[in-house]
Amino acid sequence: MALTAVAVETFDADSPWDLHESVSVRPERFGALLYDFRTRRLTFVKDPVLQKVIDALSTSSSAREALALVKVPQEDHERYLSALARLAETSMLTPRSQGEIT
Amino acid sequence: MSTTTVATGRDLLAEFERGLDAPICLTWELTYACNLACVHCLSSSGKRDPRELDTAEAKAVIDELERLQVFYVNIGGGEPTVRSDFWELVDYAVAHKVGVKFSTNGIRLDKTAAARIAATSYVDVQISLDGATAEVNDAVRGEGSFKTALQALDNLAEAGATDFKISVVVTRHNVTQLDAFKKLADDRGAQLRLTRLRPSGRGADTWDELHLLPGQQRVLYDWLVDHSGEVLTGDSFFHLSAYGEALPGLNLCGAGRVVCLIDPIGDVYACPFAIHDEFLAGNLREAGGFTSIWRESALFSSLREPQTGGACASCNFYGSCRGGCMAAKFFTGLPLDGPDPECVKGYGEEALAALGEIDRPRPGADHSRSIPLMVLKPKNAPVPACAEDPLAGFDPNEVAVSSLSR
Ligand code: SF4
Ligand code: SF4
Repeated sequence: MALTAVAVETFDADSPWDLHESVSVRPERFGALLYDFRTRRLTFVKDPVLQKVIDALSTSSSAREALALVKVPQEDHERYLSALARLAETSMLTPRSQGEIT
Repeated sequence: MSTTTVATGRDLLAEFERGLDAPICLTWELTYACNLACVHCLSSSGKRDPRELDTAEAKAVIDELERLQVFYVNIGGGEPTVRSDFWELVDYAVAHKVGVKFSTNGIRLDKTAAARIAATSYVDVQISLDGATAEVNDAVRGEGSFKTALQALDNLAEAGATDFKISVVVTRHNVTQLDAFKKLADDRGAQLRLTRLRPSGRGADTWDELHLLPGQQRVLYDWLVDHSGEVLTGDSFFHLSAYGEALPGLNLCGAGRVVCLIDPIGDVYACPFAIHDEFLAGNLREAGGFTSIWRESALFSSLREPQTGGACASCNFYGSCRGGCMAAKFFTGLPLDGPDPECVKGYGEEALAALGEIDRPRPGADHSRSIPLMVLKPKNAPVPACAEDPLAGFDPNEVAVSSLSR
């Protein structure tokens, strides 16, 4: 599934992001399953590292910091940010106002 | 490329075939008691079973599902709302982050219930219809039932509920009304769900008269392709993908792998359409509870083993059709590793013809009242409001974060 250019451009990797509170995450051996109770949409996260990145968001002050925290190699950053952008596009990730690290 | 392992769609199906540590969703028949006695009922409902799980036991099950992170339960029956603790259990599940979906004919869906449903995204409802017009629907479900269903839909729309469903089991008699069903849903801001008629429970008796004729299957397939992404189908029609392209949805039998059924007395079956000793994995009242049945039962382990495809193995379409629905095969007397009775290549019909008049397996537990309170005996027998697709809600909108897979 190609990501729309708009989503990548509008996703602010330097801002803090949180998983929306109505999204449940279930770790799986292939990555994770996300279920959004608002849209009843099931999303497969087919990558255990991405799952860790999503986990790290709540304690990071930006999406980029979450990547660093999980030690995603620099050359993979764009791909991971695209995946996060896709989650933000479907509002499963929501921007968190600065400061309130949970 | 990087060190990251990225699964493709097919890998993911393989993961699902191996089974997950917990179901994604499951069907839970809370009671076999019902105010109706539909002649084709999949769970052969009627009488309440005295061994039913009580409120405390049901809550303990919810606690366990919460621990397993089961996203939601499809509640059916029987008519679940006849349990006096129905809303108590719904509220308890919601408080424990286990979503609830339930089906109803709409009779109890008044404004209060509608408001309750609209207030939370953890409760989802579907209203069952057998016809897109009063004539067709009421001929089957009884005078006034179409109006009742529409009233329930209006109540939901008025209460501001979103994402509620109209659920239609596609039969020989309503397959001509697909566009009309779609319009009915669109006009009310509802989503249309189409479900396959499966020969389970009392439905086994009516399947012969109601299931789609080969030409109609093609009509349905073409319609589904034309409306791809606009209707929900769960795991209903993957056997039709042998006509050409794979349909959206999960193209795999999830029985015992990603779904299962808990019945009112706590028996755990592989699938709500497979209520028979052959598919009974255990009872959750036993030590270890639901979790150990899901993870360790011999039955579920065997369902998660690689399937050979049997007589289907040489078919070009096995990759997407997967030989169809296990329950449909079982209750029509066909071998589980061969073609579906509705195999679009016609092999199912051949196999059925070869069987001749055999005794088909009967559903395991018949809870029919000896004297039904009300017998609907129309020539087009209806499919019950309580028929719950095992993968209801597990639908086309799935988004894989596949931007990772270059
Ligand atoms: S309904 Fe059929 S295809 Fe679906 S899980 Fe049950 S047995 Fe498998
Ligand atoms: S032979 Fe088997 S795999 Fe091929 S279309 Fe028929 S049911 Fe599907």
